[in-house]
Amino acid sequence: MDQLFFGYFAGVIAITALLVVALRNPVYSALSLLVMFFHVAGLYVTLHAEFLAAVQIIVYAGAILVLYLFVVMLLNLHRDDRYHSQWRTVAFVCVPLFIEFMVLIGGSIAAAPQSVAPVETGSGENTLAIGEVLFSTYLFPFEVASLILLVAMIGAIILAKRDVGDARSEG
Amino acid sequence: MTELGLRLAVSLAQIAAVMGIVMLTVMILTLAERKVLGWMQDRMGPMEVGPYGILQPIADGLKLFFKEDIVPAGANKFLFTMAPILAMVPAMIGFAVIPFGPDLTIDVFGISVKPFVISDINIGILYILAFASIGAYGIILGGWASNSKYSLLGGLRSAAQVISYELNVGLAIVGVLIMAGSLSLVKITEAQAGGFWHWYVFAFPAPQIFAFVVYVISAVAETNRVPFDLPEAESELVAGFFTEYSGMRFAFFFIAEYANMVLVSCVAAAMFLGGWNAPYPGTILAQLGLEGFAWIEGVAWFTVKVYGFLFLFFWLRATLPRLRYDQLMKFGWKVMLPIALGNIVVTAIAMYIYNQFK
Repeated sequence: MDQLFFGYFAGVIAITALLVVALRNPVYSALSLLVMFFHVAGLYVTLHAEFLAAVQIIVYAGAILVLYLFVVMLLNLHRDDRYHSQWRTVAFVCVPLFIEFMVLIGGSIAAAPQSVAPVETGSGENTLAIGEVLFSTYLFPFEVASLILLVAMIGAIILAKRDVGDARSEG
Repeated sequence: MTELGLRLAVSLAQIAAVMGIVMLTVMILTLAERKVLGWMQDRMGPMEVGPYGILQPIADGLKLFFKEDIVPAGANKFLFTMAPILAMVPAMIGFAVIPFGPDLTIDVFGISVKPFVISDINIGILYILAFASIGAYGIILGGWASNSKYSLLGGLRSAAQVISYELNVGLAIVGVLIMAGSLSLVKITEAQAGGFWHWYVFAFPAPQIFAFVVYVISAVAETNRVPFDLPEAESELVAGFFTEYSGMRFAFFFIAEYANMVLVSCVAAAMFLGGWNAPYPGTILAQLGLEGFAWIEGVAWFTVKVYGFLFLFFWLRATLPRLRYDQLMKFGWKVMLPIALGNIVVTAIAMYIYNQFK
């Protein structure tokens, strides 16, 4: 049963991720990204990480992708063929990725199949577990990440903010 | 396999019951809104269909059902069809985790069933927030797919508004979560038992009164109701994102808006006002020796609280003029957000000190 669900989620994730770059209409691309986010959340649920699943949907599907759509509609990019004839770039990226993939496949066949120990979820309270780990073991990386996000936020404000004089001179 | 089948049957029955109740509430609301507005504006409201106009919702439903289904030329047909569904499904799906009554467990043919909540998942409130944020897609895509500038502008306004105020809804709830120590709506409600002074609006040591105000205002904004109905401002945008919609598709958007109102009212009642708990300790029916019927009182109190909220929605609509767009954004980011953040800090400190001395 687990295998079946994993297969379904993984398959849909792979297909929709491809569609995001393959579809020509940017709105459809954004929508297939939405479907992908949902299936990633589904994967989290099968791993008993319900908190991560909910946060995945709230943050990525609920906020970030809405802003993407917002921009796509504002610019009215109905059909843009510029980005669909870059075969050289695609080849440049894909060949190393393909080699890497082959190496990984070869490595996993060579390596002995090892059973992954099931992670202790602490009787369903995975939110508590995540909180405790985040504020003890991973406190430093957590603080660094929040600092980076804060810097990004301030940077965005500075970029967007114009002095009153500038705005007036530009009309 | 039979157990699985039985569980499935029980869950489907519960879902059907809750859907039925929600749709019935939506029907009542469409009439109640017009009646309450009429009463506040000193007129009668709908009086034609049935005695005192009480069959008006059925007439409206039949009318919308038989209207011609128009897809505007140049509209994106696929998304034009998807948008109302994307608006409606998130509005209905959130009810799965709302506790409508006491947390009883009854045995049905050997499997235990909780009759008043479809699914008590441990991230209940996050689940509701997640699907509420998906509701914005229906509005944005509906606005875009219509190929009309009024619709597009309405959709874009709505996107900006929903994102801004969703944040405030999420942050207003955090205070309650700190006090309850759980994300499950069933547990949050149970923690508020024993009188109205245990409800999280008034509860010691950190009354969530500011969070409650922020939540109510943001909830009104998130459901696109007056005075925050800029996405569908008649005088500026005809009807906003659903300008081009007619017939059943329009009805879907309409039902979604009302179902969202019911949902945010249910969440407000469960998180801040004690859910199905009566404002006095215990229940009167239990005092009278009718222990088995105490759940009736719980459900009644929940209904009273939810309908009180819905009345507040109508009251606001009859009272307040619409905000300007820049006022809306300024109010959301510069007033509501700092209050919600401040509330989290104060609540966290108060709870820490309280736990030290307990």
